[in-house]
Amino acid sequence: MWEYTDTVMEFFYNPRNQGTITEKEEGEKIVTGEVGSIACGDALRLHLKIEEATQTIMDARFQTFGCASAIASSSALTELLKGKKVDEALRITNRDIAEFLGGLPEEKMHCSVMGAEALEAAIFNYKGIPVNNCEEDEGKIVCRCFAVSDTKIKRIIRENNLTSSEQVTNYIKAGGGCSSCLADIDDILAEVNQEKATTVEVAVEIDNVQLPSSSQPAKSLTNLQKITLIERVLEEEVKPVLAEDGGDIELYDVDGDRVQVILKGACSGCASSTQTLKVAIEARLQERVSPSLVVEEVR
Amino acid sequence: MRDCIYLDNNATTRIDEEVVATMLPYLTTYYGNPSSMHKFGGQVSKAVKTAREQVASLLGANDSEIVFTSCGTEGDNAAIKAALLAQPNKRHLITTQVEHPAVLNPFKQLEKQGYTVTYLSVNSQGQLDLDELQASLTGNTALVSLMYANNETGVVFPVEQIGQMVKEYGAIFHVDAVQAVGKIPLNMKNSTVDLLALSGHKIHGPKGIGALYVRRGTKFRPFLVGGHQERGRRGGTENVPGIVALGKAAELACQHLPNIDQERKLRDRLEEGILSTIPHTVVNGHPTQRLPNTSNIGFKYIEGEAILLYLDRQGICASSGSACTSGSLEPSHVLGAMGLPYSVLHGSIRFSLSRYTTSTEIDRVLEVLPGIIDRLRALSPFNSDEAEWLQEQEQAVLAK
Repeated sequence: MWEYTDTVMEFFYNPRNQGTITEKEEGEKIVTGEVGSIACGDALRLHLKIEEATQTIMDARFQTFGCASAIASSSALTELLKGKKVDEALRITNRDIAEFLGGLPEEKMHCSVMGAEALEAAIFNYKGIPVNNCEEDEGKIVCRCFAVSDTKIKRIIRENNLTSSEQVTNYIKAGGGCSSCLADIDDILAEVNQEKATTVEVAVEIDNVQLPSSSQPAKSLTNLQKITLIERVLEEEVKPVLAEDGGDIELYDVDGDRVQVILKGACSGCASSTQTLKVAIEARLQERVSPSLVVEEVR
Repeated sequence: MRDCIYLDNNATTRIDEEVVATMLPYLTTYYGNPSSMHKFGGQVSKAVKTAREQVASLLGANDSEIVFTSCGTEGDNAAIKAALLAQPNKRHLITTQVEHPAVLNPFKQLEKQGYTVTYLSVNSQGQLDLDELQASLTGNTALVSLMYANNETGVVFPVEQIGQMVKEYGAIFHVDAVQAVGKIPLNMKNSTVDLLALSGHKIHGPKGIGALYVRRGTKFRPFLVGGHQERGRRGGTENVPGIVALGKAAELACQHLPNIDQERKLRDRLEEGILSTIPHTVVNGHPTQRLPNTSNIGFKYIEGEAILLYLDRQGICASSGSACTSGSLEPSHVLGAMGLPYSVLHGSIRFSLSRYTTSTEIDRVLEVLPGIIDRLRALSPFNSDEAEWLQEQEQAVLAK
């Protein structure tokens, strides 16, 4: 017997937004995203109606083959999606779905992952990006039983800060069949967590770089002065630290208080650790240039 | 949950009140050790002897052929170990792909220790191919171990026919009869079976007690090595209340056996009712070579756990081999070995009846089940074998 939250049971027994979408107004587009399979024991087809002018999700519906938490996760996802802009929707992760439901048993986290993947597939369809061109398929298959690639395993480890192969199985099933790939999953875990440790280390180092004597934030800078100062801080205080670990940073644009940067080399690619790095750079720029600066990563 | 409709009797059964009444004094008044020299222990020893006779009588065996164990799993493990110790030079073992983990996992372990194991396959109705068995048997085969009846589908193997073949090669024949005892009449006197395991809680006895039948003359080495209890075949002070209870449960099972057709009739009514009112539904397992109390039904295009939880909300207890229920990610190895399509595999539910099951309860299941299946199918992206997405997937699996 699983320990499901009341919210999970409520969304399982009384699911919201089940079914398909067939009717649309002028200027609206209907797209679907499919994920899972009957062989794996769960499958979800997500239907979205998007108003093209405003890029807004007007309606979201689901069809799910699966257990209680698969049905509840799908229904929760549709609730989260309604009224959202497409780009906002893309930021919804499996954790948002699980949190909406008040949590899922660890062994059932893969149900929330299925939701996030169907959402991605639907939006890729909407944008006309071929789904089989997404990163997953470029990786090499690690788990043969459930056809899971190393790219997908890495992503799920990063996004959910996973530390054990058991967790990886709970989130994306990999390793849950014949278990012959568990050792490979352990290797991937070690690799990702090492990467993450390096990036966090770099962030700490940026924090520790000695400030030059004239380090007070300058007051009332002109736009040009501000950009020049940002460039100098990045050049003199951030770049050398990143370079030690094979990384680099480039200033892309400054728009008001938004500092857009491109992370390169060892610094790029890992969502949660990039976040840590971004915070460190932001803190440094706020200290040296202006407290209201915000750093954004551009890819 | 007293009022629940309990159709999960292959998992465990409700303990009979007579059994409880029989065992209670041995938890309180008669707490003596049956091995003691004094009268106080001696009267307990007599109760154990009576229980042994009752169990022997259910199996058509001799009292001295019964060894009390703690559960079915212990009986299976003890039987396998004993058979191998008795023939140290033979290194080949035969079992089936659809065994209970209590047999399957010991064999997997033995494989790692250098034994060769043949796992016999089954057809889509869950039956063995006896030619495959014939071809697998050699003079090097130490043990053939298989179940009398399958816990998930209820499919019954032709045990005596198999035993004849096993005996020709001089191998030991062990049968896991945990699901068969009390549902099929057994008579060890005219049997080819050497070792046979049973469990108390499957026949309205308590949990924590079982028995192993050891044919007279079978070389036996204990699994639990200790004192002289059970004639040196199982060390450890006897679980007296459990043993007394198992004896009573065996006696009641014997009395009930002539009425087993009642269960069969109710089971058949349940099955016919489901098949006639709910489309895209199949019975898993051979239609007649089956336990009278078990029905395993595949509801296509929906998932087992979801069905179980909707049933549970109506106070109906059943079970499934669905991966999502068990915590494992692979669906039932039994239905998988039968080669059922995935659309059936993930949506199969087992209903298992007992002598307590009533006609009213079956009516109630038939009343609510069609609505539940409809509701879940309305949620599913698959609704027929023609569904394009489904076809793509089944083909992808076949290609793999």
